[in-house]
Amino acid sequence: MAVISVATRYKITVKDAGIPGVLKMNEERFVFQPNDPRSLMKLNIEFRNIKGHKFSKDGSKQALLNLTQDSEKGTGYIFEFDNFTDRNSCRDFVGRVLGKLQSVPARPNDQSVPEKPAGPSFAEQLSTTEMERRIKLLREDSELQRLHKQFVLSGVLTESEFWATRKALLGEDGNHTTKQRPGFKSAMLADVRPSADGRTNKVTFSLTPEIMHQIFAEKPAVHRAFLNLVPSKMAEKDFWTKYCRAEYLNRTKNAVVAAAEAAEDEELAVFLKHDDILANEARRKIRRVDPTLDMEADVGDDYIHLPDHGILRDGQKDTAETETEVSRRTLSQDLNRHAAVVLEGRTLDVELSDTRTVAEALARSKKELSSNEKSEENVNLERQERVARMTELEDLQGSREPPYASLCIKDPREYFDSQQANALRALGGTEFGTHILDSSLSKEEAYRYLKEQISEVKSRGLKNPVIRPDTALQVFSGLSQHLSSTRFQLGKNPQESALDRIPHRTKDELMQHWTSIQELLRHFWSSYPITTAGLYNKVQRVKDAMAQIYQKLQEIKESAKSDFRHQVSLLVQPMLQALDAAFAHYDLEHQKRTTKSGAKPNGFVK
Amino acid sequence: MASAPSKLYQDDASLVVALLDTNPFFWAAASLPFSEFLQHVVPFINSLLLLNQLNRVVLIATGTSSCGYIFDSGEANSNANANANANALCSGIIKKLEDFVGKDSKIAKGPNGNGDATRPAISSLLSGSLSLALCYIQRIFRSGARHPQPRILCIQGSPDGPEQYVAVMNSIFSAQRSMVPIDSCIVGTQHSAFLQQASYITGGVYMKPQQLDGLFQYLAAVFATDLHSRNFLRLPKPVGVDFRASCFCHKKTIDLGYVCSVCLSIFCKYHKKCSTCGSEFNQGTVDSTTREQKR
Repeated sequence: MAVISVATRYKITVKDAGIPGVLKMNEERFVFQPNDPRSLMKLNIEFRNIKGHKFSKDGSKQALLNLTQDSEKGTGYIFEFDNFTDRNSCRDFVGRVLGKLQSVPARPNDQSVPEKPAGPSFAEQLSTTEMERRIKLLREDSELQRLHKQFVLSGVLTESEFWATRKALLGEDGNHTTKQRPGFKSAMLADVRPSADGRTNKVTFSLTPEIMHQIFAEKPAVHRAFLNLVPSKMAEKDFWTKYCRAEYLNRTKNAVVAAAEAAEDEELAVFLKHDDILANEARRKIRRVDPTLDMEADVGDDYIHLPDHGILRDGQKDTAETETEVSRRTLSQDLNRHAAVVLEGRTLDVELSDTRTVAEALARSKKELSSNEKSEENVNLERQERVARMTELEDLQGSREPPYASLCIKDPREYFDSQQANALRALGGTEFGTHILDSSLSKEEAYRYLKEQISEVKSRGLKNPVIRPDTALQVFSGLSQHLSSTRFQLGKNPQESALDRIPHRTKDELMQHWTSIQELLRHFWSSYPITTAGLYNKVQRVKDAMAQIYQKLQEIKESAKSDFRHQVSLLVQPMLQALDAAFAHYDLEHQKRTTKSGAKPNGFVK
Repeated sequence: MASAPSKLYQDDASLVVALLDTNPFFWAAASLPFSEFLQHVVPFINSLLLLNQLNRVVLIATGTSSCGYIFDSGEANSNANANANANALCSGIIKKLEDFVGKDSKIAKGPNGNGDATRPAISSLLSGSLSLALCYIQRIFRSGARHPQPRILCIQGSPDGPEQYVAVMNSIFSAQRSMVPIDSCIVGTQHSAFLQQASYITGGVYMKPQQLDGLFQYLAAVFATDLHSRNFLRLPKPVGVDFRASCFCHKKTIDLGYVCSVCLSIFCKYHKKCSTCGSEFNQGTVDSTTREQKR
C-alpha cells in the first residue's frame, strides 16, 4: 500500500488527448512525471487537497480516474489508463488513502482523551471493504457526509452507532442475494433409456443420483420400496437392477412375461403394478375437483380409446386398449406426473451423492408437505357448502333479506347540537352569546327595546354624514392591510412553498437543523429503555447535542425578520416540539432513575 | 350575450337579497345599538340602488319567530320613492320594520298572550330567511331571460341555532346549486360556523368587521360590488373555515376518527357496533387505512 506507480496519461479535460507519463502515488501525495522531460505538466499534489475521486465504469470506452479537487466546480486531475486493472488498482489505492484522511481529524481528539467513548469505534476492526463501502456512501451523499462530520467527528455519536441505523444502506452494496436453487429439469426423464450394444442380449441402463432423485420424486412407489427394501433385504445395486428390468418389461409391452415375472418375484411386482400411492393421490385430487364441474361432458372428447387413435411414443402407438391392467400407464399420466414434480420443485438441500440419504430426505420433506395441507374434513366441508350453493333452486328459497343493515338514526339533533357547540368553541368565540342572551332579558323587554330603537331612527331620520371620515379611513386602511399581509397569501399558490419565501440562508440552515434533529432523535429514542452504561452515555451525548440545536433554533426564530418571522416560527415550531418531547422523556426517565436509586436500602441520598 | 339563454345576466346588474338580523335578544345586549346599525344599513341599501339603475334590493328581516319581506326595490311604488328621495326610502323601510317587529313579538308571545316559556327560541331563524331569499331568487330566475345577477347578503349578529343545522345546510346547498353566492357580514361577537361554511361553499365573502362604527364602510367596500367586478378585486377571505366534525360518542371535535360506512356517523375510537345505525363492524383488524382524514 506504500507506493504505487503506473503508466498513464494526464488529461486536463476528458476530451484531451492526454500527456503520457507515470503516476506515482504514496500515502500522502501523488506525483505525475511526463515521459517527455520537457513537458511542463508535472504534478505533485497532496492527497489532503483531494476531495474525492470518480471513475469510469469497468468496460466503458476509457479507463478514467478523476481526482476531484472541488466537487462543485468539477475541477480535478483526470488520468486515463491503458487498461482497467491498472486503473482499478489506482482507484482502490486512492480510495483507501482518502478514507484514511477522512478519519484523521478525529484522531488528535482521541489521543488526547483516550477514555472518550468515541474510542471503541477505532478499536473495532473493520474490514477494508466495509470501510470503503462507508466511504463510498459518504462521498455519494453529501447530506450523509455532513451528518457524519457533525456528529461522528465531534464525538456525539460513535462510528458504529452512526452506521447501525444505516444497515440497509450498507447492505445494499453487499451482494446478499440468495443463491437460486436449481429445480428439476423440465425435460422429461421419460424413462431411463436402455442402450443395447447390438451384439449381445445385454441391455444397459445408466442411473445417476440425479436421475434416481427424479425417479423417487416421480414414482412414490419406487421411493417407498427403496426405503423398505434397501439395505435390509437387498443391496442397492440389486434394487436398481430390478427396477430396470421392470422398466424394460414395461417398455417392451410384453404383458404376458411381465405378469409371469410379477407372479414369481414380489419385489419386481412392485414396479410393474400400478403405483398405488399415485393412484390414491389421484383419487384424492379428483375428490377435490370443483363438484360443479361436469366431467361427464368431457368423456366424449377422449378419442384415445378408439381404435387407430393414440399418441406416438417410442415409435409405437400408445393405445390404451391393448394394455393390461398391470402396466397401464399412459403417456398423458406420465406427463402430468412429471409436470407436477417439476412444479413442486426440488425441496431437498442434501448433496446428491448417496441414494439412501436422498430417499430419506425426500420422505421427510413429503411428510412436512402433507402436514401442511388442509385437513380432509375442512376440505369436505367446503365442498359441501359449495355444492349446496351451486345446486340451490331459486324457486324453493324464501325471499332473501337484503345484505345490508337498514339505517336507523336515533336522534339527529343530538349530533347537530354537539356539532354546533364544538364549532363555536373551535372558532374561539370567547363568549357564548346564547347564555348571555338567555338570562339578561325577558321577551317583552327585548322587543320593547327593539321598537324604541326603530322609532328613534324614525323620528331622527338618517345621519348626515353616514360615517365619520376618520372612521372610514381607519376601516379602509385596516381592510387593505389585512388583504396585503403575507399571512393572508400563505398557501394560496400550490407551486410556491413557504420555504421559498424565506431567505436562502435561513432556509438552508433550517433544513440542515431538521436533518440533524431527525438523526439525533432517532438515536435518542432508539436508546430507550436504557439498559447499559453505554446507552446512558449515548443518551447524555445526544441530549447535549440536541440542546445545542435547540438553542440555535431559538436564535433563528428570534433573529428572523418581521416579514418572515411568522413563517419561520411555523417551521421551527414542530422541530422544537419534537425536541421538547424528547427532553420531557429524558427528564422523566432521569427522575425515575434517581428515585429508584434513592429507594435503595443502602441509604443512597441523591 | 346569447351564449347562455337560460341564465342571461346583466353582467353588472345585481339583485341583492339582504337578510337583516332583528333578534331582539341579541340587539338588546349588543355593543352596537340597533338604531346605529340601521344608520349604516339603510344608506348602504340606498347606495346599492344608486350604483346601477337596474340593481334591485330585497330586504328580509330575520326574527326569532318569523321572517318577512321588508323592502323590495322592484315594487313599483317603492321604486319611484327610492329614485325620488333617500329619506322616503328610509321611512318606508323603517315603517315596514316596525310592523314586522310588532308581528314577530306577537307570534313570540303566543296565542294566549303569555308566551311559550319552555321554548328557548332566542336564535334568529336564519334558515327561514335564507329560504325566503332563495324563493325570491327562483322567482326572478323564472321571470324572464334578462334579470339581474342575484346574491344573498346575511348581516347576522346572533349566534347560530344548532336546531336549524339541517335546514341551514340545505339552504346553503340549494344556493350552491343555483349558483347564488351567500355573503356574510357578522356584527356579533363571535364567528358563525354556519355562515362561514355557507360563504365558503357558495363562493361568497365572509367577513367579521372589527370596527362596528365603520360598518357602512365595510359594507360599501366589500359587499357593494357586483359579481362581475368581483373577479377583478381582491376581497377578504377568512383565514380558515372550521370543517372539523365532532364524534358522536363524546361530542369532541376531532381531526382523525372512524366513520361508519353505512350512515357516516363519526366516532373518535373504534366501536364494534355503530351506535347510530346499529351496523356491526365485524372486521377485527383495524389498521390505519380505515382511519380517515376529516376535512
